[in-house]
Amino acid sequence: MEELTFTTLIAVFEEMFGRWLFWGMVVAAVAVTLLYVYVLIRDHSVSWRKFLLAQLAMPVGAVAAVIFVFAVTDSGLGDMGGPIDVIVLLGVAAAGAVGAAILVYTVQSLVAPPARET
Amino acid sequence: MTDSRDFTASRRAFLGLAAGAGALALAGQGGPARAQLRTNAHIVILGAGAAGTALANRLAARLEGARITIVDGRAQHWYQPGFTLIAAGLKPADYSVSTTTEWLPDGVELKPEYAAEIDPEAKTVGLAGGETLSYDYLVVAPGLVLDWDAVEGFSLDMVGENGIGAVYAGPDYAAKTWAAMDRFTDEGGEAVFFRPATEMKCAGAPLKYTFLTDDYARRKGTRGATKITYAAHSGSLFAVPIVNEKVRMLYDERGFDVHYDHVLKSLDPGRKVLTFDTPEGATEIPFDFTNVIPPMRAPEVVRQSGLSWADRWVDQGWVEVDQHTLRHRRYPEVFAAGDVAGVPKGKTAASVKWQVPVVEEHLVAQIAGDTTDASYNGYTSCPLITRVGRAMLIEFDYNNDLVPSFPGVIAPLQELWISWLMKEVALKATYNAMLRGMA
Repeated sequence: MEELTFTTLIAVFEEMFGRWLFWGMVVAAVAVTLLYVYVLIRDHSVSWRKFLLAQLAMPVGAVAAVIFVFAVTDSGLGDMGGPIDVIVLLGVAAAGAVGAAILVYTVQSLVAPPARET
Repeated sequence: MTDSRDFTASRRAFLGLAAGAGALALAGQGGPARAQLRTNAHIVILGAGAAGTALANRLAARLEGARITIVDGRAQHWYQPGFTLIAAGLKPADYSVSTTTEWLPDGVELKPEYAAEIDPEAKTVGLAGGETLSYDYLVVAPGLVLDWDAVEGFSLDMVGENGIGAVYAGPDYAAKTWAAMDRFTDEGGEAVFFRPATEMKCAGAPLKYTFLTDDYARRKGTRGATKITYAAHSGSLFAVPIVNEKVRMLYDERGFDVHYDHVLKSLDPGRKVLTFDTPEGATEIPFDFTNVIPPMRAPEVVRQSGLSWADRWVDQGWVEVDQHTLRHRRYPEVFAAGDVAGVPKGKTAASVKWQVPVVEEHLVAQIAGDTTDASYNGYTSCPLITRVGRAMLIEFDYNNDLVPSFPGVIAPLQELWISWLMKEVALKATYNAMLRGMA
């Protein structure tokens, strides 16, 4: 377990999703994160109105992430067999929720900068 | 300090989630990292399967100036742990197929033909084409042969028809077996599963396929019209007692008929009957679907070489090696790894993962005039699929002790989704990394 290297992990993920899908997702995640940081720095503050809408996107992101993982792995909710399965599933859902929130917030900020807000 | 180390380990396991965990299931010692040793030794590796290819990569990275020759007549490399997934209709046949050459490092010479003769006294290997190779060190890793002829009445051209499957025979046969299983579970009938009485690769695979057939019948609503029988070759379903008890309980829950001390003798495709040798004499069991698994033995070239055990597995011919060092007990410059090694456990890719670094350490130490404590403990891992979507991650050693990679996180005898994720999406990548000597 101590010997799990970064290269091994990368190879494993490439295999899971296919090389292009995996790196496409990495690029998309990095781009969205960078844009999120960009709008935060540009606006000097968090817009709580935008944040509210972003929060509403979280359940959608959570469900989408879980459906995606089930589809890729030929499995479903009924296959949860123990606590670790639930923890992993919640982790997947949490990642999807946070990702969706960041994406929605960033898109709003790019489309409607603070100056144009009323 | 142990607390913080434990925390790091479990956090890392968690972060890796399914993918990381799958890698970890196969994970043993890390990749080669030490300074290169200079030598002009000639190392011959017989077999470019999992063990031979991984060793070629690791030795090429460890040794400078060594001449490494790998001998294998098969142009295709097969990812054998994928056969069960192909035979369950979850992956296409080409999922398990790559080429022998794509995994081999520069500087390693491939002889694309089979060995015809090994002379450990003269330290030579004769190739099928007539060439003779002299070696300083020999690694015997040609895998094993499936003795189909030992099943009377059966031939491989029957696979896919009349409810006859043969998952072990190769990726295409695994796909044909899925076609037969798919048809069978559409309607129901009698399914009969078994394993050979010889040592075999992945002793969990026959059990998995029984579970999978049951699962498909349930999903299609034909389980009520289906009878499932498992005919064990000995007095148990699995050689590790604690695992055997768990499988026995699950088989009972699933409603399988279990027979013990049944060894397949013949198959009658016309009457659709399997005949087993039992202590009470020959017994016939009718079938509408079955998965033929023949006796397994060392390749003929090994059995003729004088390298096999003389007093153990005499009908199978596995190489006489020390079970901890994998060094031949009579020829110290000869090692064996993978399926052909005459050790009590471990004809799986997971075992190869743990055997290869041990052979590497002993070989390199010997070249350097040194010794090493590197030791193989019999580690084997089996993600025992119990249905599509769930598996039990079973890891054990020579002592039949469970040796879980994630104690307290992934319970070894629990049917879990995360263990299924490892088998289905993470193991192949880890296997590929192992071939390259990176894991």
